[in-house]
Amino acid sequence: MSNIEERVKKIIIEQLGVKEEEVKAEASFENDLGADSLDTVELVMALEEEFETEIPDEEAEKIKTVQAAIDYVKAHSDD
Amino acid sequence: MSLENKVALVTGASRGIGKAIAQQLVAAGAKVIGTATSENGAAAISEYLGDNGKGMALNVTDSEQVAEVLKAIEEQFGSIDILVNNAGITRDNLMMRMKEDEWDSVIETNLTAVFRLAKAVIRGMMKRREGRIINISSVVGTTGNPGQVNYCAAKAGLTGFTKSLAKEVAARGITVNCVAPGFIDTDMTKALTEEQKSAIFANIPAARLGAPEEVAAAVAFLASPGAAYITGETIHVNGGMAMI
Ligand SMILES: NC(=O)c1ccc[n+]([C@@H]2O[C@H](COP(=O)([O-])OP(=O)(O)OC[C@H]3O[C@@H](n4cnc5c(N)ncnc54)[C@H](OP(=O)(O)O)[C@@H]3O)[C@@H](O)[C@H]2O)c1
Repeated sequence: MSNIEERVKKIIIEQLGVKEEEVKAEASFENDLGADSLDTVELVMALEEEFETEIPDEEAEKIKTVQAAIDYVKAHSDD
Repeated sequence: MSLENKVALVTGASRGIGKAIAQQLVAAGAKVIGTATSENGAAAISEYLGDNGKGMALNVTDSEQVAEVLKAIEEQFGSIDILVNNAGITRDNLMMRMKEDEWDSVIETNLTAVFRLAKAVIRGMMKRREGRIINISSVVGTTGNPGQVNYCAAKAGLTGFTKSLAKEVAARGITVNCVAPGFIDTDMTKALTEEQKSAIFANIPAARLGAPEEVAAAVAFLASPGAAYITGETIHVNGGMAMI
């Protein structure tokens, strides 16, 4: 399980160019991590690739925080 | 050659402006996929492109077909670097007589299809931090033209679409521009009578129709690496007919 968490955080760090300690569970991409809406779209694209899944637009719109991303991936991945 | 290793999709490449664009992109080194609405048209495109690309059948108003063709291109050629939305139609009529289906078909083909195709290629371009989208609009989208409320609305719509998308994706290395032809010598303008033509020439300082190649040259420029800092713009190619 922690594996998923680490992979998600690693992607967030890479995509948004933020420091590891900033990527707290409750951190919001746009409010805390300086992402704009397009960065968030790209972040979802990167998650889709890493976890080989397709995230529908209406789900993607709900992924606004680190925890939401981790939760989504955990709920939808088989590993 | 400046477009070496680039993959370009040109819609409506069977004749007219689209064919000239496909040929000039090939001359600049790109692999070009050109589309026509029929299998025959696609075969003719394959023939003139030779080893430098392929013709494919595509009706741009059919979303499923768009998805299929894009998948086939991806598999055979790789991601699309350059999208040229050239396919277009006219269904002229005075407003008083215009039918709703004449309005709908022009908006679908000339505007909605551009949204559809751009949406299909933008993801790959975002990932690669590089891409060119070039929409063929028209001088009448800016000036207006009696008998063409549908066509002019669609072409003016392209301008707003182009500027908005350009702002969204500029930071990702993708440019989005329009080339707006004036009166160009193609099947679209063959229907004009000599009388109509001479009336038009009176308003064109260059006093002649433009050649498809003269529009294609502007497209090839926007596709080239040298145009990387031009986005949300319209290049008018109209012999001085309207200086905007
Ligand atoms: N000619 C001018 O004076 C002029 C002026 C301003 C702007 N433009 C614009 O320039 C572009 C090209 O015009 P053109 O004069 O070269 O036109 P054209 O000679 O009439 O050729 C139109 C092209 O679009 C394709 N096409 C039509 N409907 C389509 C559909 N539903 N799906 C896919 N492809 C479709 C045609 O394919 P098929 O061969 O299979 O029918 C053909 O390849 C258009 O967007 C037009 O509005 C032209």
